[in-house]
Parts: sequence; C-alpha cells; structure tokens
Amino acid sequence: MQSKPIALTVLDIVSVIVLGISTYLALVFAPTEAVMGDVQRVFYFHIGTAWTGLLGFIIASIAGIAYLVSKDMKWDRFGVAAVEVSTVFFFLTIVLGSIWARPAWNTWWTWDPRLTTAAITELIYVAYFMLRQGLDDPEKRARFGAVYTLLGGPSAILTFLVIRLFRSIHPVLTNAAEKAQETMGMTGNMKVAFFFALFAFTVIFIDLIWHRVRLGSLQEKVEQLKLNASS
Amino acid sequence: MIEVKKLVKRFGLKTILRGVNFTVQPGEFVALLGPNGAGKTTFLRILASLSRPSLGEVRVAGYALPGQAAQVRARLGVVSHMPLLYPDLTAEENLFFYARMYNISNPALHVLEVLNLVGLAHRRKDLVRTFSRGMQQRLAIGRAVIHDPDVILFDEPYTGLDQDASEMLDEVLRSVASQGRTVVMTSHDLVRAEDLATRFDILSRGVIAASSTKEALQNTNLLAFYKQALAD
Amino acid sequence: MNPDIFTPRDTARPSFPGAVLAIIQKDLTAEFRSRELFSAMLVFSLLVIIIFNFALELDITVRKSVAAGVLWTTFAFAGTLGLNRSMAVEKDRGCMDGLLLAPVDRSAIFFGKAISNLVFMLIVEAIVLPVYALLYNEMRILQPGFLGVILLGSIGYIAVGTMLATMSVQTRMREILLPILLFPIAVPVLLAAVKVSGGLIAGAEWPEILTPLNILIVYDVVFVSIAYMVFDAVVEE
Repeated sequence: MQSKPIALTVLDIVSVIVLGISTYLALVFAPTEAVMGDVQRVFYFHIGTAWTGLLGFIIASIAGIAYLVSKDMKWDRFGVAAVEVSTVFFFLTIVLGSIWARPAWNTWWTWDPRLTTAAITELIYVAYFMLRQGLDDPEKRARFGAVYTLLGGPSAILTFLVIRLFRSIHPVLTNAAEKAQETMGMTGNMKVAFFFALFAFTVIFIDLIWHRVRLGSLQEKVEQLKLNASS
Repeated sequence: MIEVKKLVKRFGLKTILRGVNFTVQPGEFVALLGPNGAGKTTFLRILASLSRPSLGEVRVAGYALPGQAAQVRARLGVVSHMPLLYPDLTAEENLFFYARMYNISNPALHVLEVLNLVGLAHRRKDLVRTFSRGMQQRLAIGRAVIHDPDVILFDEPYTGLDQDASEMLDEVLRSVASQGRTVVMTSHDLVRAEDLATRFDILSRGVIAASSTKEALQNTNLLAFYKQALAD
Repeated sequence: MNPDIFTPRDTARPSFPGAVLAIIQKDLTAEFRSRELFSAMLVFSLLVIIIFNFALELDITVRKSVAAGVLWTTFAFAGTLGLNRSMAVEKDRGCMDGLLLAPVDRSAIFFGKAISNLVFMLIVEAIVLPVYALLYNEMRILQPGFLGVILLGSIGYIAVGTMLATMSVQTRMREILLPILLFPIAVPVLLAAVKVSGGLIAGAEWPEILTPLNILIVYDVVFVSIAYMVFDAVVEE
C-alpha cells in the first residue's frame, strides 16, 4: 500500500491555515456592513462554498465526458469525488444562505434563482447517488453516472435561466437579493476578505477531492485483494 | 468462422474470462459446456456483440468485434433463454418486425417460410402471449434465422422446456444447423449436447479447459470427458 | 428441410429512417392492441385533474393562473407511467437485446423508442386538453400556439425521459427510480413550458413569452442532441 504523498500532507496543512486566515478576515478584519450588520459576514463563506460547489459540478461533467471517451475508471473516481464534495459545499451554501436571508429578508428561504438552482442541483446529486446505488456492476455504474452528470450540467444552467423568469411572482424578495449582491459596495477590506475566501475554499476543495480520489483507489485495491484472497 | 484469441472480460474487478482461445470452423456445431458461473453466457454475449471484450481479439464471420459490430450482427443469429419476442404482437408481426430490422427484401413471403420451418404457420395470427414456452422458443429460433445468418448462437435454449417441447426443439435446431451454418450452443444438458454437437468445449474458471470432437470421443462418453476436464 | 426453401435475399443493413419507422410501428401495433399503457396514462391524467380541482379549489380566478401548472404536472406524471412501461416491455423479455442484435444504429433505436413514447404522450394530451377545456370552459388552451407549446415541451421531456427510463429499468429499483432521475433534469423544460402556456392562457403578448419559449427550444435541441450522442453508452455493455 502506498503511503500518503507528502504534497497531500502539505496541502492539508495549507488548507487548515487558509481556512483559519479566511475565518479571521471574514469575522474580524472585514468591516461590519452598514445596512445588514454582522450577519453579512456569512456572505464570505457563502460565496466560497457556492463557488467551489459550482466548480465541482463543472469538474464532474468534464470527468463524465472524459470517462465516456476513455472508459478509464480513474475518471469515474474523479467524478464521484467532485460530486460528493460539491454536494457538501452546495448544502453549506444553502444553509449559510438561509442564515443570511433570515435577518436580511425576514425569511429562511427565498425562491431566488441562485438558491433554487442550488437546491435543484442538490436533488440531481441525490438522484445521482441513488442511480449508482442501484447498479452492481462498477463499469455500468461509472457509465450511467457519467451520462447523468452530462445531462445534469446543461439542465442546471437552463434551470437557473428559467427560474429568473419567475421572479415576477416574488418581486420584492428577488429584487432585494439581486441588489444585495450587485450593489453591495464592498470596501477595500471587504474585497480582501471576499477574494481570500474564494482562494481558501478552492484550496480546501482541491484538498478534499484529492483525498476522495485517493480513498477511491484504495477502496478498489482492498476489493481486489479481497477477491484475490477468496479465489 | 469464429476466432477468439486471449479474450479477457472483467466486470469491475471480477475477471470472468481469463484468456479464452476459441476457434470454430465453418459448419461446426460446438457445444460449450461448463458449470454455472463459468462464464458461458458472458462469452456468448461477447460473440453476439452485446458485450465488449476487455482485452483480446474476437472475430466473427470474418469481422472484428467490437469495431465491425454492424457487419457481424447482419450475419449472426442469437437464441437466448429469453424469447426476445413481443407478447402483444402475433407470431407473424414479430417476425415481420425483425425482418424489417434486418432489411430483408420481400419480408412477407420470407416470414411465411420461416414460420413453416419452425412449424408455427398454423398459429401465425395468434398473439405470442398465448403461446406455450416451447412454441415461443421455436418462434425465437425463427426470429434468429430470419436473415439467414452464417453463425447461430444458442444460449441454453432448453431452459424451462418439457420433454415434448425439447424434442420438437431438437428437430428445429437440427434443421437450422444442418444448412451449413456454424453453431455455438451453451448447455448443461450433456445428453442433448452429445446428440446434436460435432465438437465439445468445456469452459471452466474463465478458460477453455478441454476440447474434443465427436470422433475423438468415440470410445469414452461425454460425461467422463466433462468430469475429467473439470477435475484438471 | 433443405436450404433451397429460402429465397435469396441481400443482407444490406436497413436505412436509419427504416429502422426508426419499424420500431415505431411495432410499438404502436402492440399498444393499440393491448391499450394497457395508453389507458393507464389517460385514466391517471383525468384523476389527477379531478384531484387538483378539489385540492386547489379551482374557482374562476385561481383557475386561470394555475391551469398551465396543473396541466403540465399532470402530463409529467402520466409521462413517467408511459416511459416506464414502454421500457419495461423491452427489458422484461430481453427484447432490448433483440433490438441491439439488429444491424442498426443505436441512435435509431433511441429515436424509434422516443418517437413512439412521444406519440403516446401526445395522444393522451390530445384527449386531456379538450376535456379540461370543457370542464373549465378554458378554450384558449385549444389555440394552435398552445398546442405548439405542448408539442415542444413534450419533445424535450420525452427525449430525456426515454434516455433515463432506459437507464432506470437496468437498475435494481427500476420503476421507482425514473421520476427521481427525471424530474430534477426536466425542471427547465417543465417550468419553461408552464411559463409559455400560462402566458398564452392569460393572453400575453409575444415579447413576454419569447424568453421562456427560447429556453424551451434550446432545451429540446440540447437534450435531443445529448441523447443522440450518448444513447449507446446506456445500452451497450
């Protein structure tokens, strides 16, 4: 069995450090937002998790195409890793969004296009895992998983576009949401916290994916050893 | 007619076929025998172009799989233990549908010929739903030979048939095989296999463990040969 | 029996439209004989509309604004019934293998199955729509533009549905899995269709419904192309 690569250990440490710095920047360094107050600080992590969730979604689609073209199981491990990590990050995004929405718009949930698309994407992920669970042959599982992520990508984009059209039904809330993000008027220190959060979560994301891919290959090795031992 | 070299098939981590070498000359009737789980059905599905080989070379009727699958399919008939027929269509409609899928000219006349061949012409207007298992299996053979294939694969054709139906199937099988076609049949019914085939190959643990023609087997019986091959 | 009883014939492969047409005709013949799928879809649709009537207390003002949503929800649910059934027929007796053994393009099999599924859905819609129009005196849903939207929405829904039903019948959960796989992917086509049809019922101007109409068309084009490209990945081993 191969031991943990040094680069991964380094990345683990860097992840913890950048998470620490990003927390500091968000909670202490950045000034309190004038209108919304302290709750606005949730925004830095909210954006960080949303960005990485989106990144994972794109990577999963690319891994899906790569698998279908090459039929190499490593792409399947990569795709599963991206979907799993992305599922957690999107979930965090939704939770953080709710925490922010409660004081800002006096409701836990708004049918804002971004929020709704994130929620539907979560459902696509749940369906993805159920699909994989229903299949015994690993090769078929990889193939169907790849096809499903391939369908999920364009669907999520169109979902976002179409839900924007429904804003007329919730004019106040969705307009407020748009305004909150577009006219936030970030000061210099806010911008530092904002961009550092993006950077920090990208590092953490890469670290987690790496771990998950490695776990996948170790899992496969264990299965292989079990099979060899039993036959 | 069939040429398989070092064929390996894996399902995930499980290796089902571990380097099968298998050659069939035109006109041979090969019975592929072996215990359950030896990979007979997997092997046949690869020959039928339904499953891709993981490694190795497969040629059927002169064309390589999976690269030239369409050419192979046009020259190949398959009968499995499932009938591959639509219960809500009549015997005639089922065959007519497959005739169109194989682009057969003058399908109506041809369907009738095939129905005569399998002895179902009198039931041609009846729904397949109303057929007995044996009749369905005969019609399935008719479906498999509708495009006059050079190679026919039978996967456990006797599954679920009673004595009478089996004997009737014997007859149809023999007439289909006698027209210079190459046949590979999997079975665990040694008596039937001994009766029909001209060569016996034994698949065990993912390889061909033994092979013998009927002539070479003359002084021993098939059961002894089968047991010997599995014991090695 | 000797080989001479076979009349000679060429073994050329069938043309793409030839294979598609053969599959459609096979499905329609079988279905018009048994009417199992069709009657299940139709009865189910009418029941859903009746339930909606009481669940939403469809009085005259509410009715106008929710009609599009009620109709599309009904069609989506009825559609999954049809899709499941149509693919189970192929899977249960190994007929899918029979199709795959034929020397035809895999995408011809997809289009054959998808078009017959579409035909079943359109027939059900063609009966449900006038019934709805009569029950609620909503004649606007019979205008040509509205029917066009029904067609566009059904095409996208069935394209993705045929693809996913082919996948779900191969899993352990089979029928249960289809709606779970299909609905999140079908959100854009259903919502865009609701938006356009809702606009038409309300008598909206063209520019108002142009954007959702475009999304509807984009969805159809994108997903029919994806299905065309990757269908062999869901049927071949």
